[in-house]
Amino acid sequence: MSAQVMTYLFVGASFALYIGIAIWSRSASTNEFYVAGGGVNPVANGAATAADWMSAASFLSMAGIIAFEGADGARYLMGWTGGYVLLALMLAPYLRKFAKFTVPDFVGDRYYSQTARLVAVICVIFISFTYVAGQMRGVGIVFSRFLEVDINAGVIIGMGIVFFYAVLGGMKGITYTQVAQYCVLIFAYLVPAIYVSIILTGNPLPMLGLGSTMYDSSGVYLLDRLDGLTTELGMAAFTAGNKSTIDMFFITAALMAGTAGLPHVIVRFFTVPRVRDARISAGYALVFIALLYTTAPAVAAFARINIINNVDGLVYADAPGWFAKWEDSGLIAWRDKNNDGVIQYRGGAALTPAKPSFSGERGEAGERLVTNQASASDNELYIDRDIIVLAHPEIAQLPNWVIALVAAGGLAAALSTAAGLLLVISTAVSHDLMKKTFRPHITEKQELLYARIAAAVAIGIAGLFGIYPPGFVAEVVAFAFGLAAASFFPVIMLGIFFKRMNKEAAIAGMITGLTFTFGYIVYFKFIAPADNNAAHWWFGISPEGVGTLGMLLNFAVSIVVCRLTPPPPAEIQDLVDNIRVPGKQ
Amino acid sequence: MSEAPRDTEDRNRAYWRANLMLMLMLLAVWFSVSFLAGIVFVDWLDQYRLFGYKLGFWFSQQGAIYFFVALIFIYAWRMNAIDRRFGVEEEE
Repeated sequence: MSAQVMTYLFVGASFALYIGIAIWSRSASTNEFYVAGGGVNPVANGAATAADWMSAASFLSMAGIIAFEGADGARYLMGWTGGYVLLALMLAPYLRKFAKFTVPDFVGDRYYSQTARLVAVICVIFISFTYVAGQMRGVGIVFSRFLEVDINAGVIIGMGIVFFYAVLGGMKGITYTQVAQYCVLIFAYLVPAIYVSIILTGNPLPMLGLGSTMYDSSGVYLLDRLDGLTTELGMAAFTAGNKSTIDMFFITAALMAGTAGLPHVIVRFFTVPRVRDARISAGYALVFIALLYTTAPAVAAFARINIINNVDGLVYADAPGWFAKWEDSGLIAWRDKNNDGVIQYRGGAALTPAKPSFSGERGEAGERLVTNQASASDNELYIDRDIIVLAHPEIAQLPNWVIALVAAGGLAAALSTAAGLLLVISTAVSHDLMKKTFRPHITEKQELLYARIAAAVAIGIAGLFGIYPPGFVAEVVAFAFGLAAASFFPVIMLGIFFKRMNKEAAIAGMITGLTFTFGYIVYFKFIAPADNNAAHWWFGISPEGVGTLGMLLNFAVSIVVCRLTPPPPAEIQDLVDNIRVPGKQ
Repeated sequence: MSEAPRDTEDRNRAYWRANLMLMLMLLAVWFSVSFLAGIVFVDWLDQYRLFGYKLGFWFSQQGAIYFFVALIFIYAWRMNAIDRRFGVEEEE
């Protein structure tokens, strides 16, 4: 059976499963729609959190980034897992005891202020839309490459599926489909990794294979072989980092605090029955996440070795099918600088500017010609980092069913995250804006209707982002983490651990953190992109890591303002005392 | 709760202190394995080996994550014990 038929089969079967689960778990009340009735088993919640958290970026892009950046990729590995320690120790149990529906709920109630609630709602909506745009794009890419459907048709099919289970099922439907999606995505990630690990090192566990010797009786460790290959070709050694220590430090910290402050992750801990379940559930979530995250660097190193071995020195006319297919999608480009018909893969970017634009004509060897200038380096090959996970099974010549499985896994990762984000947006609108701000007298039925309408509208907007992607999607992802780190993490943490914290301090802190972080990113990404380098950054901190600086500013401003203004009312201090203790008082 | 008898208040204060101590200890480990071993001292640790891994590289791409998982389970286990010791656990 061809890989394409297999892919149709796998993707079709997984979609049927998601729809079946959605019908079985419809929501009838706002409590079910927002927090799945608060009765989710902690292990199931862990799996759902993992699927919710691991997006198209984790599944498709992360190993690709590590494959090309090597040691510097650690900021994502540590940043996107270390945040769970903060979440488990500092936020999740207390928010579970607070027992409401949303993050703006906590901010609004703890700081007895509608202004604080509104600032929080705006942040939630902005962060979630930023994120969801990327997911829809991921869905489109998988569809177009593997099912040879138009990208737009792919986005619309994806929207239809999410619409079905998010609007019908709410949090309850999403939770149980996410459990299924976790199983699909982790299986799809591990199977090819295990295959390649056995081929390259003889060790079936990729996490151990990465530290093993090559399976070719040379006795050389795999990482040493890779360091040797990369330096030989004039590239940076795989295990050596290029980023400055201070930038790595700040980016990792921003990703950690951002992870702990992302509303669609926090809200998952409102769905378990007890405080102790929230604690252990964060642990299960991280186990499920760690399975993928400890495999990713192995996939990255294996893929880099396989690409170098299979592509460098290849005569273009003999290139395997996957090469031409990705070239057709514009994600691989080859410019034959020395006209020898052989692909030279070396250090440095092949083209200027780095991303290829095709002239529509074919060269002598049959390659797609680019209009880019040739760069000074000997490198002739452009490979988009996002294709590594999808292309690797083909590069390594794995069986067709494994290739089909990866496509289904990529879709599961993108759809599960999109659904979680859309639910957070719809809840922010129906609960925080309508019920708690503009229309306090609506009945539960009406609120539920608003929630479903908001979810439907949000899916439509997300789909538009997927079909007409704003050119700045990659740039704005730095926003989501930076803003979450500079706003939600400090404001929630201080609300729990600092009883004296009052509304003036919270609002001043949030606004300082947000404007500073927002301004810094906008300045370097949009106003003066030419200055976006270490010489111009404050203290050498890139826009990716500035959320940490914003968070520190937020803390400083909060503490100063708090000293100068009256303490919060007695009932708020009692609320803090109450959430600090698990049992009833 | 402001009406709560003094001994409940004292108990809650002692419970909170035990909680903070545990949290700070675990966060110290969290900081050491990621920010110290994985970032600040990564080059220095790379002179040592763990099988095929340079040690700093191992911490930053594998080891830190294993520690994170262990920290959360230790926290959940110790906190449940502290809850029981102070009699503030939830009803079954």
